[in-house]
Amino acid sequence: MEWGVSDLACRRGEALVLRGVSFRVPDGRAVAIRGPNGVGKTTLLRTLAGLAAPVAGSIDAPDEAFAYGAHADALKDQLTVAENLSFWAAIFGTGADAVSRAVQAFGLAPLLRRRAADLSAGQRRRTGLARMMLTGRPIWLLDEPTVSLDAENVARFADAVRAHLAEGGSAAIATHIDLGLDADPLNLGAFAAAAPTRADDPFAEAIE
Amino acid sequence: MIALVARDLRLAIRAGGGFGLGLGFFLIFVTLTALGVGPTEAVLAPLAPGALWLGALLACLLSLDRIFALDREDGSLDALLTAPLPPEAVAVSKALAHWITTGLPLTVAAPVLAPLLFLPPSALPWLIAALAVGTPALSAIGTFGAALTVGLRRGSLLLSLIVLPMYVPTLVFGADCVRRAAQGLDPTLPLVLTAALTLGAIALLPFATAAALRVNLR
Repeated sequence: MEWGVSDLACRRGEALVLRGVSFRVPDGRAVAIRGPNGVGKTTLLRTLAGLAAPVAGSIDAPDEAFAYGAHADALKDQLTVAENLSFWAAIFGTGADAVSRAVQAFGLAPLLRRRAADLSAGQRRRTGLARMMLTGRPIWLLDEPTVSLDAENVARFADAVRAHLAEGGSAAIATHIDLGLDADPLNLGAFAAAAPTRADDPFAEAIE
Repeated sequence: MIALVARDLRLAIRAGGGFGLGLGFFLIFVTLTALGVGPTEAVLAPLAPGALWLGALLACLLSLDRIFALDREDGSLDALLTAPLPPEAVAVSKALAHWITTGLPLTVAAPVLAPLLFLPPSALPWLIAALAVGTPALSAIGTFGAALTVGLRRGSLLLSLIVLPMYVPTLVFGADCVRRAAQGLDPTLPLVLTAALTLGAIALLPFATAAALRVNLR
């Protein structure tokens, strides 16, 4: 589905970090969100996902269209990979087919019966990314998805995103490296709000 | 919702899940009360209803900070709140899972431990009834407190301070029900009031919990 945002302003905690963000993403396209640390890539993705309300502006896609893949992989250490994946499939109502497709796409079959606590960082990451396929949602929001992945698995991930785009989905990916995807760049530096003043706000510090 | 409750129960019984934590605490609390106050019936019997309820309440409190904090740490909470499940359903599921892992075992264990405190056998059915209808309120209130403090570092102390005052009505009526039963009076009125508190908590607090979660994840 085609979607976009217009004149969006976002905040992280009490600090306004982005303002005037406008872009459109057509069907089957990905947008690569770039910018230096702290510019607000994660904040933008959380706002899009509906986890934070925008300060101003609008997002012309329903909350239910977005699937959010954060830094954390949303895996439970005590559960096996299979249990983790089928839990998320049940929550998103996508069923066993989606699980087997996700397992195939990320080569997780040998790890299915292993507890998430016993996975390496890269294996955890792959399982976390496989979760995106279980949401069945058209727009993937991914925050540094390739952290801890080796070259082979970056390629696997790029294939999964390409397959998703080919089905008419779309994606917004915050990343510092080139994924080999044909993505439209979006440099957030252009939308950075003025430096926030919150150094002397003890309340903001307490609720951080 | 069923998937979420089932996952939480499965997590509770796996290693490090803390299923037996509240129960073990309750056992130790009752034993220490008996040892500390003096093991005679004349001293312990009047204390028994209050001590048993207090033990159950503190045991409930122990596991509250795990309800949302663990899910927040590993990112599950973000994922749950962007899922098709409304946050109110997440709140109900979490409270239900907490009750099944703490309130229910406490209710079952209480009549076994009550004789340690010389609670008259005639009061045992009322102890079970009062805990069965009272502990769901403890879980619902506790889930609300956990949602309020989920974004805070070291929020568990604050959580206790927020939650304990809200536990007072349930403690008062629940303990009163058992005390009346022990003294041979009619315990129905406090039991009904305990049930009313629980129904009110279950009906209203999931909405407050969901609102607190939304605010705290900003």
